[in-house]
Amino acid sequence: MSSEVATRRPRNPRGTPAGGRRPRGDSARGRLAVYGVLALLSVPFLFPTWWMVTSSLKPAGEIFAFPPSLLPDSPRLDAYQRVFEVQPFAAQYLNSMYIALVVTLGTLAVSSLAGYAFARIRFPGQNALFLVVLVGLLIPSEVTIVPLFQMFNEWGMIDTHWPLILVPILGAPSVLATLIMRQFFIAIPHELEEAGRLDGLGRFALYWRIAMPLARPALGAVAIFTFLHSWNLYLEPIVFLSTPENFTLPQALTHFVDAYGGPMWDVQLAAASMTALPVLVFFIAMQRQFVEGLAHTGLKG
Amino acid sequence: MSSPRGGHRFWTGRRREVLAGYLFVAPQLIGSLVFVLLPLGLVFWYSLHEWNVLAGTFEFTGLDNYDALLNDPALPGVLAATGVFSVGLVVFNLSLALWLALMLNRRLAGTTFFRTVFFSPVVVSLVAWTIVWRFLLQENGGVNGLLDLVGMTGPNWLRGEGTAMLSVIVVQVFKNVGLNMVLFLAALQGVPRELYEAATVDGAGRWRRFRSITVPMISPTILLTSIITVVGSLQVFAQIDVLTSGGPGTSTTVLVYYLYQQAFQFHHFGYGATLSVLLFAIVFVLTFVQWQLRKKWVFHEQ
Repeated sequence: MSSEVATRRPRNPRGTPAGGRRPRGDSARGRLAVYGVLALLSVPFLFPTWWMVTSSLKPAGEIFAFPPSLLPDSPRLDAYQRVFEVQPFAAQYLNSMYIALVVTLGTLAVSSLAGYAFARIRFPGQNALFLVVLVGLLIPSEVTIVPLFQMFNEWGMIDTHWPLILVPILGAPSVLATLIMRQFFIAIPHELEEAGRLDGLGRFALYWRIAMPLARPALGAVAIFTFLHSWNLYLEPIVFLSTPENFTLPQALTHFVDAYGGPMWDVQLAAASMTALPVLVFFIAMQRQFVEGLAHTGLKG
Repeated sequence: MSSPRGGHRFWTGRRREVLAGYLFVAPQLIGSLVFVLLPLGLVFWYSLHEWNVLAGTFEFTGLDNYDALLNDPALPGVLAATGVFSVGLVVFNLSLALWLALMLNRRLAGTTFFRTVFFSPVVVSLVAWTIVWRFLLQENGGVNGLLDLVGMTGPNWLRGEGTAMLSVIVVQVFKNVGLNMVLFLAALQGVPRELYEAATVDGAGRWRRFRSITVPMISPTILLTSIITVVGSLQVFAQIDVLTSGGPGTSTTVLVYYLYQQAFQFHHFGYGATLSVLLFAIVFVLTFVQWQLRKKWVFHEQ
């Protein structure tokens, strides 16, 4: 199959291969086959989310029923209520929300400023400093987790949200954002800034009033990446945080267990649904800008 | 603007420009020094110490930790698990991503819908996604329920020696394959159509056109996605912690998970730092190799 779908559909008659076979992309049967394969492949992508939501609406007894019921017999919201009784889930939700927003805004500011300077301002030591920053790309945050723990411990910031805010904005995770922004700013034509200069704009005004409005697609892609990265952070919260009121969502999700340490499936799945669905719906609504912005930065990054 | 020291113009346009440059990069640069380079240096320094947080010991022991590393009976298994996971993930992820991209690139009606479907897990919270799969992969869970409907009996996926690793890889592939697919799709759309038409006139078949046009033309993207995926595969942690906790036995204990256990569960910070150095060395070598490959293998770069 793979070699068959490996090419663009040749539209013109010359596209017919020498042997006189019909190019499969054009035939109705070929198209049907492609749809069939696509539909089948969709199952592992769609089914988990479907199963998560429907199971969270089932009573505990029905969750492992056989044969599995695709829709709950009598949907109920009990599990959603219990989520808030078992853990301070509202506070945890708020924690994840505000941390992700602060990290996103902070990263946009830091990486667009640095990316702009590396792309458009000439200053001594520029290349050396850029290399220093690029080291961050080589270092997964897991490598530095032990010393970071010790540093934040000495600063009295353990069991606070500071490590989850400061490290992503200023540390290794923001380096990729800076690189993406730099690639974007390099491509802005000089004439645009020259015009601004003649109007008497200083560097910051050139950055803020001319470069930034043009950089919206790149900023959008960086914002999405950064938000998701913060929203999904898991190792750092479980290393740095210990009080349930301070937990973020990914960490909280794993704590819905009964007295014996077994998972409370319906409650856990209800909490997972509440964590996953808003972001999913938001991104599906925004998906055109989102996927295209991502693809463009991906090409250049 | 006049200088504070008398009538000379100190803040010339050039000086202002340089100052602006430094001020603009200052947050990122200071951040890199404090949160990247300093901890990187400390990792090496800590790795030369016997440091137990609980016992409160911190003692310079030279290369003892590295000696312990080489003689660690668990290490070969950990490295094997890491390698199997990374290779499995990269091969499965990249080939599925490319295949999906090629199918969607035919621009049939409805491909935007399927693109959204394949991409959607990328934006689903990682731990939520993993928890659902843990639920699905239970012995009496949804996957075996579906298998049962077609008359097959599924194993206890997450508890079996062979199936646990496979499960972790598959769960992670479905989570993130959409990202690589989108990058491939963008690259495929940049391949000039005339090339295919010319090749077809010359009698090149589908496979030949794929191999001789598509692959070389998108090779920069293949390299980019493989770097992202390989480095990402070395960072897998939440999936392991939620799905298998490194088990059964130590069959899914990858390096990052082992590092976490040593440092934060057994409180061996010195040995944890030594494992961090090992992780850093692996990432460094892999990145270096991939950039070298770029020179030989990648067709062109803008």
